[in-house]
Amino acid sequence: MRPWFPLMTACLAVLSTGCRQDMYDQPRYEPQEASKFFTDGKSDRPILPSVVHRPDPKTEPRDELYDHYNLGIVDGEPAETFPFPIDRTVLDRGRQRYQIYCTPCHGERGDGQGMIVKRGFSPPPPFYGERPPTGKSPAATIYADLREAPVGHFFEVITKGHGAMYSYASRIGVRDRWSIIAYVRALQLSRYATESELPQQDRDQLSKVSR
Amino acid sequence: MPQIFHPSLNTLSRLSIFGGAFAALGLLAISYMLVGSPYQTQVGIIHDQPVQFSHEHHVGGLGIDCRYCHTSVEISAVSGVPPTYTCMSCHSQIWSESPMLQPVRDSLKNDTPIAWAKVHDLPDFVYFHHGIHIQKGIGCVSCHGRIDQMPLTFKDKPLTMEWCLECHRHPEKYIRPYEEIFNMEWKPPGGDQLTLGRKLIEDNHIPVDRLTNCSVCHR
Ligand code: HEC
Ligand code: HEC
Ligand code: HEC
Ligand code: HEC
Ligand code: HEC
Ligand code: HEC
Repeated sequence: MRPWFPLMTACLAVLSTGCRQDMYDQPRYEPQEASKFFTDGKSDRPILPSVVHRPDPKTEPRDELYDHYNLGIVDGEPAETFPFPIDRTVLDRGRQRYQIYCTPCHGERGDGQGMIVKRGFSPPPPFYGERPPTGKSPAATIYADLREAPVGHFFEVITKGHGAMYSYASRIGVRDRWSIIAYVRALQLSRYATESELPQQDRDQLSKVSR
Repeated sequence: MPQIFHPSLNTLSRLSIFGGAFAALGLLAISYMLVGSPYQTQVGIIHDQPVQFSHEHHVGGLGIDCRYCHTSVEISAVSGVPPTYTCMSCHSQIWSESPMLQPVRDSLKNDTPIAWAKVHDLPDFVYFHHGIHIQKGIGCVSCHGRIDQMPLTFKDKPLTMEWCLECHRHPEKYIRPYEEIFNMEWKPPGGDQLTLGRKLIEDNHIPVDRLTNCSVCHR
């Protein structure tokens, strides 16, 4: 064996790992990768303040419903109605999204006693009934009972946040916000539903449980 | 003609031939083991993170859904690490004095990102998409292990090509109903994964014969 053979093999090995690294880590940004070029170190660039939103014709209405759908506002007032029909699929989606984003604080039933509240977060008001007088809320209380609040108010709270509650606009899409509100309305109703309002199936279930 | 080699060298030459062959094989075996070893694939290795974030506390203890933080996982290619704002939606009040969370508060105040160390990192020549896997019924736990029991995040699976292909050849061994994707403890009803898996492959229209094409992952 010639003396330079091991040496050359070693060099080749070193060189080939060189190429390997190039293909493994190509000179482009992956999402959320750190940047040396931008002074704030982010390769994901923020949206500039001057950017104008253009409605997506597939999902967003363009006409007079635009403000209703995207801002929850009708004639300058919080909307009283939903911008699209609510059916079973919307409610199911609403329940799923509610359980992801709202239960940690507002609780499964909307009583304001979620897990994070039990760990010391300031308690939100329940979605139904008189709100308890206590609370260190920095935000103005407009509705004594949230059942009286129009759906547009809920939309604004989710979009912009409210006092101690942060905004959820970046995490929950516009349609999902409306679905969540529909589900909150269902929660409110369910607290005060009488037995005679239930479908037969649920009434049977109920009598079985109470027996 | 005098004999150049002494007969005793016969054994030596045989030995060296066999020895060489064995050495070569051994080297191959060692390098194969190295490539698959935790040292190379980084399985189970805990990285230094700027904040000691614990999935065990937040997911296992508090029951927060993955999507509260990893918002885009169902629809987009990347799942993404949550922005500081998400942490602060709770930590504005919870442990708001704790020195452990100082980097998080600084990050929000100065609008500078927290530099989380990447735990999973496929090579740039591999294409991966979270959305399709979630929509077609692969649970987080199949690829990330028991995240809800990890005090600090580590890689549970090697993410080698061999590993991806194992499932792309036989997805019926892993696939689950859509409602159970985020459930870390799900077991197939009656323990019969294969029957359920085959049915879900039908229902979700998964083209199993196409899933091992090179161009699925290298495009
Ligand atoms: C991190 C905890 C937290 C989460 C998560 C949360 N909230 Fe809240 N929410 C609060 C707190 C605290 C208040 C009371 C705010 C105050 O008065 O300062 C509140 C208040 C509200 C109010 C009442 C506003 C009023 O007029 O007084 C509504 C409605 C509401 N939240 C809806 C939601 C919905 C819908 C979600 C899910 C998308 C949600 N919240 C998620 C903590 C939370
Ligand atoms: C409270 C917010 C939060 C929740 C809830 C959460 N995560 Fe995370 N996750 C993070 C943060 C922050 C990181 C980055 C720090 C780290 O790697 O530990 C992370 C990192 C990860 C990583 C590694 C990312 C990488 O660098 O490769 C995986 C995988 C992951 N999370 C999966 C999950 C799964 C699965 C769930 C649901 C069971 C979940 N997470 C719930 C905040 C969260
Ligand atoms: C939904 C509310 C919520 C969110 C969002 C959240 N945390 Fe927490 N976090 C908590 C609670 C509650 C505790 C206290 C844990 C306990 O009491 O068991 C905690 C504890 C902690 C601790 C203390 C050490 C520990 O694990 O107990 C750290 C560090 C921490 N969180 C970091 C983060 C980071 C970083 C993020 C953002 C990715 C984040 N948290 C997002 C609720 C939250
Ligand atoms: C089919 C396997 C698979 C499934 C299922 C899966 N992941 Fe991943 N995940 C990966 C791979 C592979 C990466 C590395 C991606 C890369 O480096 O480009 C990753 C990366 C991540 C990251 C780091 C950030 C990123 O996107 O690169 C997070 C966070 C994460 N996964 C969370 C989740 C959550 C939450 C779920 C469940 C809803 C989930 N993953 C389901 C394979 C999977
Ligand atoms: C536990 C099972 C599992 C694992 C592990 C897995 N996949 Fe998949 N993958 C699937 C299933 C199921 C589909 C859905 C196929 C379909 O319906 O198109 C899929 C689809 C894909 C697709 C989209 C195919 C297309 O064009 O429609 C890509 C890309 C992909 N996987 C990449 C990867 C990579 C890269 C890895 C390894 C890091 C990986 N997968 C690991 C199960 C898995
Ligand atoms: C299911 C996804 C998937 C498919 C299909 C796939 N690959 Fe890969 N491939 C990967 C992943 C993931 C890696 C990166 C492995 C690693 O990081 O060790 C990889 C790496 C490679 C490498 C580089 C190996 C190295 O160590 O640098 C080659 C070459 C390659 N693949 C060729 C192919 C060929 C040829 C095919 C078709 C027969 C194919 N792949 C099909 C996922 C896939």
